[in-house]
Amino acid sequence: MSTIKKEIICTVCPRGCHMEVEGQGDQVISVTGYTCNRGLEYANTEFAHPVRILTTTVKMAGVSNDLLPVRSASPLPKEKLFDCMEVIRQTEVKLPVACHDVIISNICGTGVDIVATKSVE
Amino acid sequence: MFEINCDVVIIGGGPAGLAAAIGAKEEGAEKVLIIERDNALGGILQQCIHPGFGLTRFKEELTGPEFYGKFVDRAKELGVEYMLNSMVLSVDHENSQVICVSSEKGMTCVHAGSIVLAMGCRERTRANIVTPGTRPAGLYTAGAAQRLVNRQNIMVGKKVVILGSGDIGMIMARRMSLEGAKVVCVVELMSYLAGLTRNRVQCLDDFGIPLKLAHTITRIEGNERVTGVWVAPVDENKVPIKEQEEFIECDTVLFSVGLLPENELTRKAGIAINPITNGPEVNQYMQTSVPGVFACGNVVHVNDLADNVSEESARAGKYAAQYAMKKLPTSTGTVTCVTGRNVRYLCPQKIQKAEGSEKVSLYFRVLNPELGVKLVAKCGDEIIAQKKAFRVNPGEMDHIAVDTAKLTTDAITVEVVKED
Repeated sequence: MSTIKKEIICTVCPRGCHMEVEGQGDQVISVTGYTCNRGLEYANTEFAHPVRILTTTVKMAGVSNDLLPVRSASPLPKEKLFDCMEVIRQTEVKLPVACHDVIISNICGTGVDIVATKSVE
Repeated sequence: MFEINCDVVIIGGGPAGLAAAIGAKEEGAEKVLIIERDNALGGILQQCIHPGFGLTRFKEELTGPEFYGKFVDRAKELGVEYMLNSMVLSVDHENSQVICVSSEKGMTCVHAGSIVLAMGCRERTRANIVTPGTRPAGLYTAGAAQRLVNRQNIMVGKKVVILGSGDIGMIMARRMSLEGAKVVCVVELMSYLAGLTRNRVQCLDDFGIPLKLAHTITRIEGNERVTGVWVAPVDENKVPIKEQEEFIECDTVLFSVGLLPENELTRKAGIAINPITNGPEVNQYMQTSVPGVFACGNVVHVNDLADNVSEESARAGKYAAQYAMKKLPTSTGTVTCVTGRNVRYLCPQKIQKAEGSEKVSLYFRVLNPELGVKLVAKCGDEIIAQKKAFRVNPGEMDHIAVDTAKLTTDAITVEVVKED
C-alpha cells in the first residue's frame, strides 16, 4: 500500500492550525504543523477515524414551541451523524430534565449517549 | 411608578450581563439586579446549541446552553436578582437610574450606584447591505433562523443559500444540513473567510457545502416565496462581474452579514460612541464616557468568542461594583489608545493611569490577514510590549498586554509589523 498525505485543519481550538499527516491505511507515519499535543491527537484521529460532537434538539412531551438542546456526550464517528439524527428525530423526552441527563443511551450502537445540555422543569 | 434600589443594575441577561453580575457580586456589591427583555436568562446562547464555548474559561468544550448554565447557576448561588420580560426604556445617568417596563410591574424606576450596559448586538439585515430584487418570503438573518429552528421548532426551508461566511452563517449551514435541508452554497463577498477556520472545516467541508469566496448575491427572485438568487464573482473593488452571473435555485436565503452593537439606549443617554466599533468608548475598567455607566460584551465591540465576553464583562462588573462602593481608583491621567499599521480598532480606547501599576490587555482586530507578524505597543518611539504572531486575521480578535507603569506619553499606539 502506498503512503498518502492529507492536509488537516485542526478544530480543537479557534487557532485552526494547518497540519499535514502522512500515513498508510489507518496508520499515521508523520504529522507536521501542529502546535500542541491536543492538535497532534486530533490529527491522528482525523486521519484514521474522524469523529464529531453532535449537537441538536429533542422534542419535549406536551411542549410545542420549545425544544431541549442535546449533545453527544463524546464525539461520534462522522459517518454515523445522519443515522443518529434519524433516531433523535423520533425521540420525545418527558419533563423534568436536568442538564447532562441521558436522553438516548448508546445511540446507534456507538457506545455514546445523547445527553441534555440544559435543565428544564 | 414602582421603584427599586440596588447597587449595580445590569441591562441584559446574556453572557455579558451574567458575567458582569457575578463580577459585581464577587467584588462585594450587595444588591445586583439584571434587567432582561427575553423570558429567560442566557441571551443568544440559548439558541447556540453547538459546541465551541468555554475552551479558555473552563478548559473544556461546552455548548452554548451548558456555558451560560454555569453562569446562571453561579449568579443564583450569589443571590443576583433579575427581572425577566422587562424592557429598558432609558438610562438616566444624571440621576443614576434606569427606567424599564414590564407587564408584571408596569413602569419601574431602578435607582443604582452604577449601571452596566450589556445589551449585546443585533444582526445586519438585507436592508443594511441593500441586496437588489423582490421581497418574497424565505429571507432570514442567520440568527433569526437559528432561533426559529433551535428554540421554536420551526424549520425555515429546504433548499438554502447563505450569504456571508460569518460563524453564525456557517453554523446554520451545518444545522440546516443535519435537519435535512440542502445547503446549496455559502457566498462570501470578501476573498477570505469571515468566521473561524474550524467552523469552515466542521460546518461546510464536513457536509460538502461549497464556499464561494469573492462572490455576492446580485439579485433575489421570487414573488410569494424565494425561487432563487443570482450570484456573481466580484472584482478587486467588490463590484460584481455581470457577465459571470449565474442563477442558483433555492427557497430560502440566510443573511450572515455581520453584527451591530445595539446602542439605542447608549446614544440616547449621550454616551460617547466609537465610530469604528459602533459601541461606547471605554477605558480598562470598561467605564464609558459617563463615569457611573459601564459597558461590556458585544454592545461594546463584536466579539468572536463568548469566553472573551465573559472575561471582559467580569471586569466591567468588578469595577462597576467598586464605583458603586466609591472604591474605583482615582485617575492620575488618561492615555489614548491609537490604531497603528493594520489595526482596525482597539478596545479599550483609553487607559486611566492610577497609583501603582497594572497589566491592561488591549484587544484589537486587524484590517487584513497577514502571516509572520509582530504585534507591537509603543509610547512614542519606545516599544513597551511586543509579541510574535504566526498569523493575524480580521475574524479573530488579538490582544497585547501592557504595563501601565510603562506609559510615559499620553498616547499608546498598537501596530502589526511584518517580521523580516
